[in-house]
Parts: sequence; structure tokens; C-alpha cells
Amino acid sequence: MRPGSEAELAELVRVANAPFVLRGGGTRGIGAVGPGEVLETGGLSGITLYEPGALTLVVKAGTPLAQVEAALAAEGQRLPFEPPDMRGLMGRSGESTIGGVVAANASGPRRVQAGACRDSMIGVRFVDGTGTVIRNGGRVMKNVTGYDLVKLMAGSHGTLGVITEVAFKLLPAPEMGATLRVDGLEDARAVEAMAAALGSPFDVTGAAHMPGLGSFVRVEGFETSVRYRVGELTKVLSRFGAVDEADGAVWQAVRDVVPFHGRDGDVWRLAVTPSEAARLVARAGAEAALYDWGGGLVWLLVAPGVDLRARLGVFAGHATRVRGAGGTPAFPPEPAALAALSAGLRAKFDPKGLFNPGLMGAV
Amino acid sequence: MDMPVPDPVILAKRARIVARLAGVLPADALITDPTETRAYECDALTAYRCLPMAVVLPRTTEEVAAVMRACHEEGVKVIPRGAGTSLAGGSLPTPDAVVLGVARMNAVIETDYPNRFIRVQAGRTNLSVTGAVEAAGFFYAPDPSSQLACAIAGNIGMNSGGAHCLKYGVTTNNLLGVTMVTMAGEVVQVGGPYMDAGGLDLLGVICGSEGQLGVVTEAWLRILPKPEGARPVLMGFGSNEVAGACVSDIIKGGLLPVAIEFMDRPCIEATEAFAKAGYPDCEALLIVEVEGSPAEIDEQLARIKAIAARHNPVAYREAASEDEAKRIWLGRKSAFGAMGQMGDYICLDGTIPVSELSFVLRRIAELSDGYGLRVANVFHAGDGNMHPLIIFNANKPGDLDLAEALGADILKLCVEVGGCLTGEHGVGVEKRDLMDVQFTREDMEAQLRVKDVFDPGWLLNPAKVFPLYVTASRRAA
Repeated sequence: MRPGSEAELAELVRVANAPFVLRGGGTRGIGAVGPGEVLETGGLSGITLYEPGALTLVVKAGTPLAQVEAALAAEGQRLPFEPPDMRGLMGRSGESTIGGVVAANASGPRRVQAGACRDSMIGVRFVDGTGTVIRNGGRVMKNVTGYDLVKLMAGSHGTLGVITEVAFKLLPAPEMGATLRVDGLEDARAVEAMAAALGSPFDVTGAAHMPGLGSFVRVEGFETSVRYRVGELTKVLSRFGAVDEADGAVWQAVRDVVPFHGRDGDVWRLAVTPSEAARLVARAGAEAALYDWGGGLVWLLVAPGVDLRARLGVFAGHATRVRGAGGTPAFPPEPAALAALSAGLRAKFDPKGLFNPGLMGAV
Repeated sequence: MDMPVPDPVILAKRARIVARLAGVLPADALITDPTETRAYECDALTAYRCLPMAVVLPRTTEEVAAVMRACHEEGVKVIPRGAGTSLAGGSLPTPDAVVLGVARMNAVIETDYPNRFIRVQAGRTNLSVTGAVEAAGFFYAPDPSSQLACAIAGNIGMNSGGAHCLKYGVTTNNLLGVTMVTMAGEVVQVGGPYMDAGGLDLLGVICGSEGQLGVVTEAWLRILPKPEGARPVLMGFGSNEVAGACVSDIIKGGLLPVAIEFMDRPCIEATEAFAKAGYPDCEALLIVEVEGSPAEIDEQLARIKAIAARHNPVAYREAASEDEAKRIWLGRKSAFGAMGQMGDYICLDGTIPVSELSFVLRRIAELSDGYGLRVANVFHAGDGNMHPLIIFNANKPGDLDLAEALGADILKLCVEVGGCLTGEHGVGVEKRDLMDVQFTREDMEAQLRVKDVFDPGWLLNPAKVFPLYVTASRRAA
């Protein structure tokens, strides 16, 4: 099903009594979902409002991400959170939609400086499980009027409603970027180097470590400023090893987890306290690892079916199986009290249990 | 402003409730004497006051949980309170409620510089969070103007902002996790010392829920390395329109100043008379502050100067020294004090799309004339968060009502042009009855469902945020 308008979608949901599998472009969905009829948002497409002078964009959920990024680039602006393209990692084709980005709260390397997708979101419209259109937030950057359901919808993986429109605050695209590389660092040492860079006043917008390929730090902005910060960060990093400048293309490789493309195995994503990352990776017995967000995000490639959570034990953070199957849930199990709150919200927003049954713990 | 009729059943068993609280708290953590509870009868919205049944000032999460369990079992309402600086009446008590103040919970639990977070008890004041990390070169970014006094608990409750949001975001963008006690007395941890809490973004909806979902007792906050330096520039313009266009061009020019503050003529005149900061005689004034090394600041200011020049500023002053920087900020920082000299005032907090700035200022001037009350505007122009100050005389019968009516009209105007009722102060009781201007019944219903899940009995701060007619059936149940 592919409704052509929000009203049509709302009516469809209102009368429905069998579950739906929600789909934007089908490029980044996690976990086994279903059974249910596929409900696509591609019919809800187009930019509703773009005001470069106010750094605001309102866009319908089914709009292709590429179209959004092109429109912003034409005005020298961009989405702050650098959304990843998951097709290579997931082995999927199709066209990522902005609604799918939001539903997954998909955020790339710039998350360390500009925040996650949810941090750039300032408004949302969605159809809840009763077929009612709900509006929350708006199109202004500062808004504390009522509860923030915008954040709640971000990263809800289509379990609370069908997102139909999203408003973002934007950032100017920088005049230039520069990337520094330190070679040959062990994982734990690399995290220390990234912490030194991120803890400096030099406004780092990316800090990643790809074992075997190097540790990378990015700065962006006006040219004289970038040159100055490259010089200062070189001093900061030189106590860890030799520092040179690298091609900025490395950030796409980090963002999209390119080193894992075409390799067999399960892919896991860990949110961790950076200084714990290397210890956890050692415990994971992974075939490959990639550290983003200064070590706060770790991608792991492990043998199919491994219960990674059992290997890792208790730690501050959580592990999500992004690719692969197995006897354990894809989404991180929550402590009972939080699971009860999440299940309660889901029952309230989707009382008929229509949306993405089986995803995110609650059924 | 109406408040619900106090629950006679609760009032009748006051002695029993107080005895139960006394049983779970140290003697000095429970206040029932009206001469002492009077200090908690209002917050910074002093127009409304009410003595609570009791005030509790616990020191630990366990004590908070014990209080919540007792209140939950007795069916007593709880009004969470940080430092009591809410401008919206967020912690206004009712006679049948217990005020739970977290001000004594002000310890730093952990600072972690490599991982860039601090974990604090939620009663700690905003500025003292920065105080705990600044020696190591870090700061906590959200900086509401009450930051010397306001507590992190209240910041989380209201999702507080500040002058530097354009670059650093508001509380929700700087909050990693919380320890929270639910109304049932259960202690939950949401998020923690890592980025992106797993599962549904409960943290995102807790932040800004005005103490209606739980009592936050501890928080993990993101801390940032302090910039090398900052420097403001002041520019004056011949009209609000031109100043607004300049703001828009600065943003379009790819610059991201940490602050863009806007003052209109009534505000400039009032602050000059009060603070004598030496501001130019003009219709509108911008203070733009940029950060970085001296060379980076020079570069940004050169670009800003070029943009400003296209708008023919009647004045342009760059701070050449720390002293000059202070003078530029002096008038802005004295603005509220200056208004206080002119009379009583109501401070509004609506946000508008930046593109509507000059239209909204023109309409406010017309409304101000119509009501015969002066309105001065001082606000965060980069993010459209306005702070119209309505001057009135509290001793003149009817003047407060008139000022509130003008305020309501201005906030409706903000919503009409695509903005919202409150950008950083919160709804509380102050804007509660205007919520249906911004939201449909369905929009509000979706929000109420969240409270239904966290607090099914509607005992936590229940008469706030939403119009009473919208919550009546839930509060009565």
C-alpha cells in the first residue's frame, strides 16, 4: 500500500484491523518484522517549506534523502547530523527516505559535535494507530510548548505511528574540511587520542578509528580557521604518533561502515562510554571493528548467530544487531521498568497493534 | 487563572499523611509549619501563590523514592521543585499537594573528562555545574539567565535554553541520562554515560515534561571544552526590519555566532536610562558574539562587518578589549532590571520563525498602542525566541488583567505566524490556558497519553501544562 496523502493514510489506518510493516525506502530497517502488509510512505513526498535564512526545512516523510540533501546543498546548507547510507552495509538497494532516517534516528560521524538526528528535529506530524493525525513541535528552533513527542518519534522505528512530515533545523555547510590521521595506534590508545582531540577547544566534527587504516579527526569551517585548528590539533595528537593529513573521503567510509561491505557475518552496533570501548571490543572476539563518535559508537562484525550480549556481559550502554538473525532480539532488551514504560507508550499510541509488530521488544 | 478545587479527602487526612512522611524522612527534611512552608508558596511567577500541605527536602534518591511511595499510596499529589525559579509557575503548589524540593541534592557524583560528562544530583545549580569542570577547561552549555540560582532538575523539567542555544542547543541536546523516581516510587535509569539511550527515546520526552512524568534526582550531562575566546560586536540600525534582515543574512552567510541578541528602541531607551552602557540612539540594536582563537574571531567578525555594512548600520562597535566587551553586554544583561525600574512587567517567551521578525514587531507595537501598555523587546534573534516585556502597574486595579490579555494576544500572534507559545520558560500555569491556541484536542490527547503511562493516577504536578478542561476527567479518575 502506498497512500498518496496524509488524509488517505489516516483513513487507511483508521479502518485497518491487520498489521502493517512500515517502509520508507527499505534501506535501513533493523530486525525481523511482521507479518503484515507493507505500507510505504513514498507517496508522501516533497519539500513543504525551506527557509535558508531561518535554517529551517519542513519535508514530507517519503521524500528521498538525496533530494533533500541536493536542495540544501544548492543553498550552501546541510542536515547537521550527516545521515549514513546503510545500503552497502545491509546489502539492500532502494532509495533512503527522510522519514526512514528519522524513524531510525540515523546519525553519522558529526554526531559528536552537531548531535544526533533527533537533536536537529524541531517538528513532526504522524498518524497514530487510531488513524488520528498528530502534530508536535513546529518549525522553530526553540520550543518547549507541551511534551516533546518529536524526540519520542525519532528512533521509534515505526512502532508508535507513521511519520508523515518532519521539520529540521539546519546548519550552513562549511567552506572546507580537513582530516588528520594518526597511524598504527592500538584501539585503546586511539580512543585516548580521539578524547584528547574532542576535549580540545578546536571544535572537532568527527573522530573515528578504523583498525589497520588509522585514527582520524576532522575539523570544518572557514579556511583560515580550519588551517589554524589543523595546526593546533597536530600538536595535540603528535604525542600519540606521527600526524599527517588524510583525504576527507574517509568520513563516508566511517559513516557508511564501508570496511564491512561485502563481508559475511552479523553486524552489531554498540553505544558505549568511549573509554570502555576497546575493552568491550576485545571481549567481543569480533572479526572486525570500527570506532566512530570518538569511541562512543562501535560497529562490530561477528560470526553469524553469536550472542554478542552474552559475550560482552554488563556494561554502560547497549548493543543492537543491525544485520543478521539469531535467537536473540535485534534491539537491546531493556530493564523491566523501562520496558514496561515503552510497552505502555506503544499500547497507547497504537492500541490495535498495527505498526511493525515484533520490532523493538514489545509485540 | 483557575486551580482545581482541593481534594477534601486529602485535606482531611493531612495529619496521617504528614506522619507517614515523617516516618520515612529525617526530621529536618520535612516542613509543615506554615511560617516555613511560605517560602515555597510560589516560584518566580509571584503573581500566584498557594501554601502546600507540606514540603519535603530529601537528600538522596532513596528518600525521594520513599516519599513518592508514601504519596502514591495515600493518593497525594506531588509538586516537584528545583530552585523555584520558574517564570511559568511550574512549581506552584496546591493546598492538597506535597512540594518535593531537590535543592539539598546538589552533589557532583562523578566528573569524567576523557568521556566528557559530569554526573550530578539534580538539585545542583546550573552555574555550579560549569563551576565544577571549568578548571579542567570545560563548561556546561545551556545557560538560562537564572543560571546562578536555577537547578538542573528544573532545567530538565522545562528543557531550559539560554543565550547560546544557536550553537550549543538547549537542555535536551546536552542531557545524556537521568535517574528518575516515578510516581509509584520506582527508581529508573534512562540513558547514561553514553550517546543515544537505547529503545524509545524516553529521555527526550522526560526532558521538558514539567515534572509531570517523574522526579529527576540525578543527571548525566554532556560537558564541552571551553572555546579559546569570545568577542561581541554591537550594531545599531534605523529600523527593526533592517536589523531583522541583517540577522537573516548573517545566518545565510554561513556564520554560526554563539549569540545574536536583539533589542528594540523601547528596550534600548530603558536600559540606557538604567545602565548607561553608552548604546547608540537607534531603532534596533544587535549584539553578535563569536568564538574561537583571536585569528578566528577576527575572520568571523570581518565577514559579519561586511554583511552588516550592506544594511547601513548607524553604529558598529567591535570590542577591542575585555572591558569593551563587558560594556557591550552591560545593557543587554541589565535589560530586565531596567524594566523593573519602569514598573512591574510580564516577560513573554514565544518563538517565531526568524523570517517573521519585522512583521511580528510591528504587530506588537500596534497591540501595545491598542492596550495602552508599553512593550519592550529583547530577545535571542538567531533562534526567534522573543521576550516581549509588558510594563504595567500592579497597584492599579485591572492593570495586571490588561497586561495578561495583551500577553495572550502577543502569544497568539506568535502561533499564527508559525511559532509557539514558549521557547524556553515552559507552560506551567502561566500559558496553560493558551495551549488550545497552538494544539488541537488530538495533539494534546497524544501528549496526555504519555502522562497516562508514566503517572496513571495523575498525581504528579497535575494542574499544569494543559488546560484544566482537557485534563479534568483524568484528574478526577
